[in-house]
Parts: sequence; structure tokens; C-alpha cells
Amino acid sequence: MAENNDQVDQKKLSAAARLFDVRRVIGGLFVVYGVIVTLIGLFDSQAEIDKAEGVRINLWMGIGMLVLGLLFLLWLRLNPPKPPDPSDLGTDDDRPPAH
Amino acid sequence: MVLAAESGLRLDLDLFDYLILILYFATVLGVGFAARRAIKTSADFFLSGRSLPAWVTGLAFVSANLGALEILGMAANGAQYGLLTLHYYWIGAVPAMVFLGIVMMPFYYGSKVRSVPEFLKRRFNKPTHIFNAISFAVAQVLIAGVNLFALALILDALLGWELWVSILVGAAIVLTYITIGGLSSAIYNEVLQFFVILAGLIPLTIVGLVKVGGIDGLFDAVRSGPLGDAALHTWSNTGSSADNPLGANWIGILFGLGFVLSFGYWTTNFAEVQRALSAKDMNAARRTPIIAAFPKLLIPAVTVIPGLIAVITVKGLGADEGDLTYNNAIPLLMRDLLPNGVLGIAVTGLLASFMAGMAANVSGFNTVFTYDIWQAYIKKGRSDEYYLRIGRYATIGGVVIGIGTAFIASGYGNIMEYIQQLFSLFNAPLFATFIVGMFWKRMTPWAGFWSLVLGFLASLALYVAYLTDAIAFNSALEQSFWGAGVAFVTAVIIAVAVTFFTPSKPDDELRGLVYGLGGTSDGTAIVSGEKVWWRNPVLLGTIAVVLAIALYIPVW
Repeated sequence: MAENNDQVDQKKLSAAARLFDVRRVIGGLFVVYGVIVTLIGLFDSQAEIDKAEGVRINLWMGIGMLVLGLLFLLWLRLNPPKPPDPSDLGTDDDRPPAH
Repeated sequence: MVLAAESGLRLDLDLFDYLILILYFATVLGVGFAARRAIKTSADFFLSGRSLPAWVTGLAFVSANLGALEILGMAANGAQYGLLTLHYYWIGAVPAMVFLGIVMMPFYYGSKVRSVPEFLKRRFNKPTHIFNAISFAVAQVLIAGVNLFALALILDALLGWELWVSILVGAAIVLTYITIGGLSSAIYNEVLQFFVILAGLIPLTIVGLVKVGGIDGLFDAVRSGPLGDAALHTWSNTGSSADNPLGANWIGILFGLGFVLSFGYWTTNFAEVQRALSAKDMNAARRTPIIAAFPKLLIPAVTVIPGLIAVITVKGLGADEGDLTYNNAIPLLMRDLLPNGVLGIAVTGLLASFMAGMAANVSGFNTVFTYDIWQAYIKKGRSDEYYLRIGRYATIGGVVIGIGTAFIASGYGNIMEYIQQLFSLFNAPLFATFIVGMFWKRMTPWAGFWSLVLGFLASLALYVAYLTDAIAFNSALEQSFWGAGVAFVTAVIIAVAVTFFTPSKPDDELRGLVYGLGGTSDGTAIVSGEKVWWRNPVLLGTIAVVLAIALYIPVW
């Protein structure tokens, strides 16, 4: 196996992989879910509130999911995925090369 | 119409619930396509290019275990055995996860192996490797089929979809996102699924607790109900197996569940270990199972507690068959308590966790098939692109066979339980072989092979004896504790005995694989320090174990 080539590949790849961050996916989906469920919660009929033992569960869960989603997006904003930099590569000593 | 809905499990989903469900599937497929851009080599496909941060691999690690079978099963156990079910989450998981992170991960990650069978090949020999690779591959495909079948059953019960439609739709979605996105897309979806399933279970638990008058109301109701006070304690009634609903004594719980079953499952199951191998460096790999231990500690709050709530609020729960079996505790609560909106989230979470369970099996299967069977014995020395392509074919093959086993499974009533048990027993001899091999450098290659094979046969023999009523046990659960114990002891004895009659490997070949022999990348990391405390695996692991002990105190 050509380990050297692979290592060059690996650097390039890690950069590509970081462009696509799972925080964006979670944040995005939960913001959308949060908005949908909050809206449903605002317009819940009495029958639906009664079903949930009088708890406005859609409203609360909707807001909760919206906040979670926004927190993930905020985290992404504050600590964006960065291309490989020296501080990252510093921990690479013990990383096995790709095979 | 109301009566018809009340009598069955059928949920009344509206347009918005379906919108939530469809959005999820769209996201999952989108993740697969996005992950594809990052895949250039087979290591990217099978190990996510070893590039993921610890929190991602950690959540994926717990999520790969949090399949829907597990969620429904643990709620069922909660309904049936009460708080004794907590043992599965605490003593039955946390110590093993911490051990994996602190002690075993340096060997796994440091030896640069790409799979658990590959570790066996390096430590022992090819026959050991073949035996383990093939049995793992077969088990994964079978379990994937069972997951698929269970998904179809639940879709049929909840939404009224035909079984074959659900099986094909579920398989098509998993196939698409694993084939194009590889392990990255499996892992990203596991992380996403982790949050969605919680978003479904939390409202269920909140509304349920409101209904029964909070934790105090719940415990009072359980105490005066048929389960009684014994179901509200974890250890105090385990002096004798007759005094508690679980039917096990503390020795069985401590050694059977807490040691053999738990360590066997968590430390040698490649579908789990693979998540840690995809971490970006040694420290992240070691923290993977330890980070996973923290959610694991808290998950019973949204599985075991709903199980107990269901016992109190659903009349007639605990029937042998029909809609009111213990396994339906969570779907029944969803039907009774959740209004449209959060109901859609809960259904989505349940479906997501079935698919994540299946995806974990499929992504474990394609890796072992490609690296450990195809590359090692069938077509050696081809280009990396070639193996990447084989990996994609293996994924398709695995899913297609999974569909086949799903249809076979649909012909049996209770096959899920049996298969789960059969393959959890598979892990007990494997753990014995591992633990002896990792800490005793003299253990010989053939000792590895025979301890694995005979340990497996011993547990299989006990299982067959149980099925044919030759040996009686109080419950299938008790049988599984004993089966694991017998397999473990047999494997250890064989490992030691065979070692005295066969030649050992020279030390040089064992570097990085055995405790006490430093390797090229140096396995001394066991007590490695880390600059920031929250990145120190040993400290984090200690906190997890202490928390597990502390959580036991109020429910002693």
C-alpha cells in the first residue's frame, strides 16, 4: 500500500470532510421541526391539550427543539469547521494512516 | 371510529406528522449525498477517513446501540421487571464502556487495525480470523434483517402499512445512504437519530408523569400494584433470585450481566468498536465509548420510566400476544398521550432508530466482508478503488440478504428475541479470547482459535439444551446469563490449556497488540495525560463510573 500517497490524500480529504458538518444538519432539521411543532402547538385544539393531560406539549417541545437547533447553529458559527491548521495537525502523531 | 382506534395500536397521524417524517427521510438521503463528496478512498468509506471528532463518534457509539429493538425492549423490561432494568444501563454497560476506552482502545486504535477480526488475525492466526470474520458477517446480516422486519411490524401496527412495503422502503433508504455515503453517512445519521428519538421520548415521559402524578405518584402506584415494592429496588432484593421480578440474584447480575455479557457486547462488537476506530486521533478514539457512557446513564429515564407508566396507565398490559404485549408499551403510550405534532416526532424517532440499527449492522458487515474476507482471502493486492467498489457491492448484497432474512423472520413469531440472544452469546467467548490474548503474551495462535470455537460451541450447546427443554431455566434471561458464563469459562480454560501444547508467537510480532509490549505507536497511552481535564479519558471514565454508582443510591 502506498502509505505516502494515502497520507497526502488524507489531508485533502479531512478538509473536504470538514466542509460538511453534522452540526449544520442537526441544527437545520431541529430549527425546521421546532418551527412546525411550535406552530402546531399555538393552534392546538382543546381536545389535543386534553389528550396530553393538559400539558401544552407541542408548544413546549416545539420551543425546546427550536432552541436546540439554534444552539447547534450558534456553535457552528462560533467554532466553524476549519481547514487543517498546525494546532489540529499537532494531534495527528498517533493517528494511523489510512490503509 | 374512536372505538376502532382505541382497540388497536393504530395511530392517527395527520398531514403535519407525515411532513415531519418526510423531512427526516429527505435529510437522511441528503446527508448520504453530501457525505459522498468526502469519499475518495476505501478508508473514507469504511472508517470515515478516521477524521471524526469525539463527540460525534461518542453519540454514534451510543446510538448504534440505541436501536428501536433496544428502546422497545427496555421499556418492555421496565414494565415487566421495574427498576431492575436499570442494571442493563448501569452495571451492564458503563464499566465495560469505560474499560473499552481506557484499557482496550490503545490496542485497537494503536495497532491500526481496521476491524475487530483483523485484530484477531494479527494477534492469533488466520483460522481465528476467518472464523470470526465469517460469523460476524453472518450475524450482522441476520440482525439487519431482524431490524428490518421489526421496523415493518411497527409500521404495520402504527400506520397500517403493508409489511412488504415497509421492508422494501426501509431497505431502500438504508441502502441508498450507506452505499453512497459509507460510514460517515451512517454515523451522521446516528447522531441525528439520537436527538430525534430523544425529542420523541421526552414528551412521552413528561406527559406520562403528569398523568400518574409525578415520580412519587408513579412509585406509589407501582408499590400498590402487582409489581410491588420489589420492582422499585435495584439491589436490595437480589439476595435470592426468588425475591425480585427479574429472577436473578446479585451474583448473576454482577458477573453474568455486569461482566461477561456486558464486556462481551461492548468491547468486542465491531458494529460498536467501528465508531471509535473512525475517530480522528487516539485520544478521541479512547473518549468515544466514555462520552457514550454519559447519555447511556440517563437514557433509562425515557425508556424504563415510560415502561412503568405504561404498566400503571394501560389496562391489561402484559398479555402474551396481541396489542397489549410488554413490547408495545411505548407505542401504546404514544397512542394514548401524544397529540399530533410531537406524535410525528416520536414516530420519526422510532423509525429512525430502526434504520440506524440496521445501518450499523450493514456498515459493520460491508467493512468486514471487504477487508477481512474479500481482500484477505479472495482478491488480494488490488487497487484501493477496487476495494471501495467491492464495499459498495457488499452493502447492496448485505441489504438484499437482509431483506431475505426479514421475510424469513416474518414466518416466525418470536425470532427476534432468539437471534438477539444467540448472537449476544457469540460475544462472550470472543471477549474471553480477547481478554486473555491481550494480557497474556504467551497465549498461542491456536489457543485463540480453539477457545473461540469451543467457547461458542459450549454456549450453543447450552442454548440448544434450553430450547429442547433438556435443561430448565427460570427465564430466557437467566439462560442468557448462564450461557454467557459457560462460554466465557470454557473459552478461558481452553485458551490456557491449548497454550501449553502449541508454540507462542515471538514478541516482535505482538508489539502494540498485547499489554506490556510497547508497539510502534506505543500502547503506553493507558495512563496518558491530556492538557485539558475534559479531554482526559481516565478522568472522564472515572467520573462516569462514580456517577453510575451514585445513581444507584436512591434506588438501592
